Amino acid sequence: MEEAPRRLWTRLVPLAVALIIGGFLFAGLSLRPKDIPSVLIGKAVPDFDLPALPGRPKGLQTADLKGQISLVNVFASWCVSCRAEHPLFMKLKAQGVVPVHGLNYKDEGPAALAWLARYGDPYDRVGHDLKGRVGIDWGVYGVPETFLINAEGRIACKHIGPVMDRDLEEKLLPAIEALRRGGVAQC
Amino acid sequence: MLMAVLRSLLLALCLLGSVAPAWSIAVDTPLDDPVLEARARAIHKQLRCLVCQNQSIEDSNATLARDLRVLVRERITAGDSDDAALSFIVDRYGDWVLLQPPVKSGTMVLWLGPALFLILAIVSIAVWYRRRPSPVVAATTPLSADEQARLKALLGDGDPV
Amino acid sequence: MTAELGHYALVLALSVALVQATIPLLGAWRGDSGWIGLARPAALVQCVLVMTAFGALMYAYLTSDFSVLNVAANSHSAKPLLYKISGVWGNHEGSLLLWLLILVLFGAAVAVFGGNLPAPFRARVLAVQAMIAVGFLTFVLFTSNPFERLLPAPIDGRGLNPLLQDPGLAFHPPFLYLGYVGFSMAFSFAVAALIEGRVDAAWARWVRPWTLAAWCFLTLGIALGSWWAYYELGWGGWWFWDPVENASFMPWLAGTALLHSSIVVEKRDSLKNWTVLLAILTFSLSLLGTFLVRSGVLTSVHAFATDPARGVFILAFLIVVIAGSLTLYAVRAPAMKGGGLFSPVSREGGLVLNNLLLATACATVLLGTLYPLFLDAVTGEKITVGPPFFNMTFGPLMVPLLIAMAVGPMLPWKRGDLLGALQRLKFAIAATVAALLLTLVLAFDGPWLAIPGMALGVWIIAAALEEAAHRLRLFRVPIGESMRRLLRSPRAAWGTTFAHAGAGMVIIGIVASTAWQVEKLQVLRKGESVAVGAYAFKFEGATPVAGPNYAAVRGTFRVSRNGMEVAIMQPESRNYQDPPMDTTEAAIRTGWGGDLYAVIGDPTGDGSWSTRFYNKPMIHWIWMGALFMVFGGLFSLSDRRHRVGAPARRDVLAKAAKTAASMAGK
Repeated sequence: MEEAPRRLWTRLVPLAVALIIGGFLFAGLSLRPKDIPSVLIGKAVPDFDLPALPGRPKGLQTADLKGQISLVNVFASWCVSCRAEHPLFMKLKAQGVVPVHGLNYKDEGPAALAWLARYGDPYDRVGHDLKGRVGIDWGVYGVPETFLINAEGRIACKHIGPVMDRDLEEKLLPAIEALRRGGVAQC
Repeated sequence: MLMAVLRSLLLALCLLGSVAPAWSIAVDTPLDDPVLEARARAIHKQLRCLVCQNQSIEDSNATLARDLRVLVRERITAGDSDDAALSFIVDRYGDWVLLQPPVKSGTMVLWLGPALFLILAIVSIAVWYRRRPSPVVAATTPLSADEQARLKALLGDGDPV
Repeated sequence: MTAELGHYALVLALSVALVQATIPLLGAWRGDSGWIGLARPAALVQCVLVMTAFGALMYAYLTSDFSVLNVAANSHSAKPLLYKISGVWGNHEGSLLLWLLILVLFGAAVAVFGGNLPAPFRARVLAVQAMIAVGFLTFVLFTSNPFERLLPAPIDGRGLNPLLQDPGLAFHPPFLYLGYVGFSMAFSFAVAALIEGRVDAAWARWVRPWTLAAWCFLTLGIALGSWWAYYELGWGGWWFWDPVENASFMPWLAGTALLHSSIVVEKRDSLKNWTVLLAILTFSLSLLGTFLVRSGVLTSVHAFATDPARGVFILAFLIVVIAGSLTLYAVRAPAMKGGGLFSPVSREGGLVLNNLLLATACATVLLGTLYPLFLDAVTGEKITVGPPFFNMTFGPLMVPLLIAMAVGPMLPWKRGDLLGALQRLKFAIAATVAALLLTLVLAFDGPWLAIPGMALGVWIIAAALEEAAHRLRLFRVPIGESMRRLLRSPRAAWGTTFAHAGAGMVIIGIVASTAWQVEKLQVLRKGESVAVGAYAFKFEGATPVAGPNYAAVRGTFRVSRNGMEVAIMQPESRNYQDPPMDTTEAAIRTGWGGDLYAVIGDPTGDGSWSTRFYNKPMIHWIWMGALFMVFGGLFSLSDRRHRVGAPARRDVLAKAAKTAASMAGK
C-alpha cells in the first residue's frame, strides 16, 4: 500500500540531480560557448600562397611562416572590432617582439590599403585573401582572429576576437616566451 | 525564439562586424547536375553555420555559410564522396560544425542517455508495480493483525459516518 | 515622473511580497486566523502595485518617452502602435516585468477565486507565490530595472528589429509566459500540500484547472512561435530544436505529464508523490528556461545578457527555489500515501505509461540541450547537438506514446482488458489499416517511414472519434438519446477528444510535410518556369518597391497546375536601413492540400534571379492540430466541475487518513 518511496535516498535523487545540473550551469556561466577552439592547433599551417595587396609588396605563403615565431592576424577593413585591436599590433611592431603578418580577409584591395594608411600598417607581410578560401583553410569563422605560429611553422595558439591588452599580457606574450624557450605554448 | 533571434543578430554583428547582418534566406546558384546538387544540399543540412545561432549552413545567409556551401559544391563536383566532403570541413572547423554529434568517447553519455532513461523509468515503474499488491490480491487477502488494529483505531477514532 | 512611479511601485510590491511570503505561512503554522487572513489582501495589493509598474512602462512606450533608457533602446517614435505595445516585452527588462505581472495576476486570481480553498491552505499557496515574486522582484530591481533614466534623452529611439515587428511575435511572449508562470500555480499548490503533508482528490481538483490553463497558453505560445519562424524566417522550417525552443518545450512535456497524472490523483487517489514531484519539476523547467534564455550559457556569455551578474542571480534563485522544494519533497513525501490500486492494464496504467514516456522524452530533450555545456565544462570539447540527435531519440520515444494515447481512454479504471479495448476500437483499427494501404498505394515510392507515420496520425484521430462515439452510444441507442448524451456528457471528456485528435493532426502535418515536401532551388530568368511537384512557377520578373522603412525587390510568379492558373505569388527580399538588415518575405499560399512557399533571392548579375520554392503538403495541419489541442484544453476548462471547484474536503476521511499517517509513522 505504501506509495511513497520508502528509503530517503530514493527521495533525494531529484534533489541530487537538480544540484548537479545547477553546478554545471554555474560552470557554464564562465564558459565561452561561442569560441570554437581551432582543430589546427599543433598542426602545420595550411598550404597556401596569397598574393600581396595590390600596391603593397610582400604577399604571404606557407614558407614565410617557417624559421621564426610569428603572429598572423586576420583582418579586414569592414571589420569594426579590428580597429579596436589595431593599436596593439602597432605597438607590437614598434617593440619588434615578433613579426606580425596580416591575412586580409574578403576585402577589396584599395579599401584594405586605405584602411592601413589610416590606422597604420603593423604588418610585415600581408596576404590578400579576396575570396576567403584561405581563411577557410585556416578555420577562420569570425574576423578578427589571431594565430601564433612557432618556428617550425606550426599553429601554436589561436585567439578569436579582438586582441586586447589583457589577452596580449596573459596569453600571447607568455606563449611566445614559452615557444622561445623551446617549450609548449599554453593557451 | 525571440531571444534566440535577438541574440544571433547581436552575434552576427559582433562576430563578423559586417555592415549588414544578413537574415534573409540564402538562395544561391545550384549545380547543374541534380544528383550532385541533391548530395551537396544534403551535406549543407548537416553542417552548422559558424556565425549564427543554431542553423545549418543551408539555412543561413551569412557570408561564411555561403562560402562553405560553394565549397561543398566544389568538393562534390571534384569527385569527393559525401564523407570526404564532410571531413574536409570538419578538418578545418572541428566536430562542432556537425549538427549530428559524432559517436565518440565524449558523446557516449549523450547517445546512450535516452535509452538509459527509458530503461531506468521502466525498471522503476516495474518495481513500483511489484511492490504494491495487485488489486485482486488486495481484495482477497485478509487483513493482517496490524491492519486490523489500525482499522479498529480508525473506526474508533473517526466520527460516525 | 511615471517612470519613478513605476519604480516606486515595484519597491512597494517587493515589501508587500516579503510580508505575504512570511506572515501567512507563520499564521497557518500557528493557527492564527488574523495572520492567515493577511494573504488575500496582500496578494491583491501586490497585484495592483505590479500592474501600476507595468502600466508606467507601457505609458513610457506609448508616449515614446526616450528619457527612459529601456524605451530609447527598444522603441522608435514612428513605430506602429502594436509594436510600441509589444516593444514593452520585446527586451530583457520589460519581459521580466511581464513575467512578474502574470505571476501576481495568478496570485490575485487565487485570492479572488480561491474561496473554496481552506483558509490555511490558501494562505500557504499565496505565501509560496509571494516567495517566487520576491525572487523576481529583487532580480528586476537590482539587475534589470526597466525604469532607468537616460539623460539627456535622445531625439528618437533605436527602434525594434524589423524581424520582430510582426503580429505573430508580438503575442508569442505573453502566451509563453502565461504558460510558464501558470505552472507556478501547480508549484505553489504542490509546495503548500507538502507543507501540510496532505494531497488528496480535492487538491488535484484545485490544481488541475490551473495546470490546464497554463498548458493551453504554453501550447498556444509555442505554436505561435513556430508559426512565426515558419513564415518570417523564410527557409520553410518551423522547429529547429534550438536551445531556446527546447527551453519552452521541456515545461510543455512535463506539464502534459502533470495534466495526466493529476487525473489519477483526483479520480483514484494514487500517484500523489509523483504528481507533486512533477508539479515541482514542471515549474523548475520553466525557471530553467528563463535562465537559459537570459544567461546565454548555451550560446555566448558576452553576447546578449551582457551582465554576468544577471546569470548568477537568476541561477542562485533557481537553485534556492528548486533545491528548497525538492528538499521539502524528500522530507515530506512519505506523509502522502496513495490508496487506489490498479493493474498496469487500466486507465491509470495508461496514464502511468504516458508519464513514463513523457518524462523520458523530457529528460532526453534536457540532456541534448545541456550536453554541449556538460562536455565543455568537463573536457573542454565543443560539440553541437542539433536536430538529427533529437529526431533520432525523441521521435522513437513518441511512437509508443502516440499508439497508447489512442487506447488509454478506452480502458476502464482499476483493471482493464487490452483486447477488449482494442475490440471497441475496431473502426479506428479499420481506418488505420485503410490509411496504411492508401498511403502505400499513393506514395509507394515515398520514404517508407512516412507510411506508418501517417497511419499513426489517423489512428489517434480515429480512436478519439470512436471513443467519443462510444460515449454517446452512437448508433446503439436512438439518435435522440445520443443527442441527450451529447449534451449531458462532461465537457472534460470532450476536451480529451479534441486535444487527442489535435495531436493526431499535428502528427499528420509533420509526417506529410516532411516526407512529401518538394523543394526547388533555381536560377530563373524572366519568362522561365520551374516545376515544383504538380505546380509550375513562371517568373514574371522582379521590380523594386519602396516600403515605409525599407527598400525591397518584389518577384512575381504565376503559379499554375495542369495549365490552370491557381495563384500569383509575390515574395520580397527586403533591405531595412535602421537598423541595417536584410530580410526575406516569403510568399505563402495556403490551400486545402498544403502550402506553396516562394522565396526570391539575389540577382545573379546576368538578369536572372535565384529563387527557392517549396510545396509542403498538409503543413497547416500542424498549427490546426495545435489549435485543436488548445481548444480541447479550454473546452475541458469550461467544465462545470472545474468552475465550481472541488467540494469541501471530507473532513472525516481526512482525519482518518491523518490518524493512519501518524500510526504508520510510529
